[in-house]
Amino acid sequence: MADELTPDELLDKIDYGTDSGNWLDTTKSVQIRPGMYCYAAKPESVETLGLPNARSWNPTEEDWKLPDNWQQIIHDGIKERLEKFRTFKIFMDVCVRCGACADKCHFFLGTGDPKNMPVLRAELLRSIYRNDFTTAGKILQKIPGGQRLGGNRPLTLDVLKEMWYYFFQCTECRRCSVFCPYGIDTAEITIMARELFNLLGLNIDWIATPVSNCYTTGNHLGIQPHAFKDMLEFFVEDIEDITGVDCTPQFQKKGADILFITPSGDVFADPGTYTCQGYLILFQYLKEKYGLDVTWSTYASEGGNFGFFTSHETMKRLNAKMYYEAKRLGVKWILGGECGHMWRVIHQYMDTMNGPADFLEVPVNPITGTKFHNAASTKMVHITEFTADLIKHGKLELDKSRNANRIMTFHDSCNPSRGMGLLDEPRYVIQNVCDHFYEMPPNTIRENTFCCGSGAGLNAGENMELRMAGALPRATALKYVHEKYGVNTLGTICAIDRAALSTLCEYWVPEVEVAGVHELVGNALILPGEKERTEDLRMEPLPGCEEEE
Amino acid sequence: MTQKYLIPLTAVFLLFLVAYAGAGAGLGWFFGIVFPYLAVIAFLVGFVIKVMGWARSAVPFRIPTTCGQQKSLPWIKQNRIDNPDTASGVFIRMLLEIFLFRSLFRNTKAAFNRNASNRITYSWEIFLWLAALAFHYAFLVVLLRHFRFFTAPVPSWVQFLEALDGIVQLGLPGLFLSGVVLPAAVLFLLARRLFDQKVRYISQGSDFFPLFLILGIAVTGIFMRYFTKVDILAIKEMTMGLVTLSPTIPDGVANLFYAHLFLVSILFAYFPASKLMHLGGVFLSPTRNMANNTRAKRHVNPWNYDVPIHTYEQYEDHFRDKMIEAGLPVEKKE
Repeated sequence: MADELTPDELLDKIDYGTDSGNWLDTTKSVQIRPGMYCYAAKPESVETLGLPNARSWNPTEEDWKLPDNWQQIIHDGIKERLEKFRTFKIFMDVCVRCGACADKCHFFLGTGDPKNMPVLRAELLRSIYRNDFTTAGKILQKIPGGQRLGGNRPLTLDVLKEMWYYFFQCTECRRCSVFCPYGIDTAEITIMARELFNLLGLNIDWIATPVSNCYTTGNHLGIQPHAFKDMLEFFVEDIEDITGVDCTPQFQKKGADILFITPSGDVFADPGTYTCQGYLILFQYLKEKYGLDVTWSTYASEGGNFGFFTSHETMKRLNAKMYYEAKRLGVKWILGGECGHMWRVIHQYMDTMNGPADFLEVPVNPITGTKFHNAASTKMVHITEFTADLIKHGKLELDKSRNANRIMTFHDSCNPSRGMGLLDEPRYVIQNVCDHFYEMPPNTIRENTFCCGSGAGLNAGENMELRMAGALPRATALKYVHEKYGVNTLGTICAIDRAALSTLCEYWVPEVEVAGVHELVGNALILPGEKERTEDLRMEPLPGCEEEE
Repeated sequence: MTQKYLIPLTAVFLLFLVAYAGAGAGLGWFFGIVFPYLAVIAFLVGFVIKVMGWARSAVPFRIPTTCGQQKSLPWIKQNRIDNPDTASGVFIRMLLEIFLFRSLFRNTKAAFNRNASNRITYSWEIFLWLAALAFHYAFLVVLLRHFRFFTAPVPSWVQFLEALDGIVQLGLPGLFLSGVVLPAAVLFLLARRLFDQKVRYISQGSDFFPLFLILGIAVTGIFMRYFTKVDILAIKEMTMGLVTLSPTIPDGVANLFYAHLFLVSILFAYFPASKLMHLGGVFLSPTRNMANNTRAKRHVNPWNYDVPIHTYEQYEDHFRDKMIEAGLPVEKKE
């Protein structure tokens, strides 16, 4: 990151005192700045899904190559969404601008940019809504200076560019929503705004290309089926080197008990790959000990759903594969890996969009007999729920000492914590496989957790300044426990986190590593017939096995 | 920036003058009868239209913001209020939200210190919550106390409320607590908008206007009660005329009262077209008023429609050779 700002330079820029200008003026904000925005979507990726206005364009250029009637398209798009989503309509109307959300956003805290206050991000869109859809706005338009009083403004190209810039500086983490007295959820407003942008073909490439890849090949990097299998087999070799046990998984096995779906980030990128090895070890253990039959699928090989950052429709198109494949394979239920927004989609959207899943059974853990009543309709269980249940019933033989060198803390991922409430399950698993666990300060965990700064499709390379600024609140909390307790490992249950937090740590707290929860499980689990382990899944010496200097 | 608050302030002052002077010029029937009726109609019709408009929009997905542990395994303690999975849990969550402003209670204030540790610190920020609660409850008490002008005989609960509100016995007529708390809270909220840099930046004219308006109403009311001592009997005759739909304009109603009533009418008429509708919206917010049981119970989207998907068959057709070569199972081997 040589060409980017150093941490000190970035910190020097932070000032929560906002400028005194009127935010309705766009002149300053539409100067779209390198490091703070993501590249435009490539036309071929937009075309794959048949989405509108595929063309090559560049956000920093004057001409965005919009269709002539773009204002009408946005106007009609807003109108349609006001009727389809009560959230949108209410959130446009009821904000009192009390400011409770203002300093809750990680992007505001990291940049000090006043337009990153959640209320103002929403106001960008509300100003258009008020102008075009409210009686007060229509009256105020006619009075000189009236628009300034009501905070409404017509949709000009500059306003559109400003909205685009700032709605792609929101990771849909929902932290602001926790503090809003009316539950106004900026993520929901960002989702609507991004749907509107997609009507004009204004997506970013780090969303559009993964979506296109997920659609055709099943995973966001576009890895083809044989290569996907190769990747897992590569892990199998590594695991065999470490443990002496063969953990070869099954693919597309009809009649298996469980279909397992995880974000493909776990298969392709460190340190997610170690988490993936953890899954393989767990499934091998359960197969050997209890005969549990788990299958993977190369077709439904992506849990992450970048469609969620595009439109509700695209989300549904990608998500449909999970049930489609579960039905084809005739499994009993589905198990989901560690992922943030994947679980928001599964928990809050999947059953409604693509259910009912009446071809599946209400999930029962065949080993413990536990019935997952909380997943009675979707038939999909989170792997930390599953593993916590196994541990509670004493079904796993664990050697905690293999993780004794890991002084842990846990990062709650935004979506499972604020969209689901999955808080204690991963902590329970960590505490059963690790000796040392310390929480970060209470204002930065559980429902108050801070985003990694790279969610909702902003995990690109070109917007590194934005990402590192957004990561600051998480980083300072982490640095605090690192200095106070010697924390050296940040546990998490999200694939984007595993990628993004690693970059965050490298930048802000270089002494801390990132690990998925099931990487730690994989280390601790004593596989039947395993040799004496001397290395962990990263092929680093286990505690007590270090070579003498 | 200054125009954001100077124009609303001037507007409220002008509205006051218009009514005060207008009543003096013999237009009492307009400010005392016509406009109050119009305002009440505008309020009721506007309120209903707005709420019906919200209610007409679909709630396609169940997307509560959860603020605590979910209901999952039997031995993990669920946070039943902040992460409710039943209607009764939601009910309690909403009660706490509506009556105690629970989310606002959580409010924190962030600060950043550029020094060796570069920490962002968070401190509990209770004053907005306190002022908001004080403002809303004082307003409610004032509103309910005014029922004495619209009822004969005055119900005992109104008398009781008055006694409670006047429990600190000071001066003559006795001091109402609400008469102190309401303007104080409004002034605090106003001061926040003016002096907190962040809040000033996000504030609109439409945020200042209701504050000045309510302040104007409070000040005129307090003036009438404690200083100019208006003819209460005449006012009651007039207000009773209004509620019994036989309006009259008795002699001796002070011009100040017409101004007070006019500002109240403006507030009523303005209400449905403004952010004040958060009164209705808070009940309908889908992130708060739904149970977090989406995986346990199916929720139906009224406009769910079929979408094109990339089927397994298409996938296999595309990759069949490679899949066969890699030893992956396929449906059709050719």
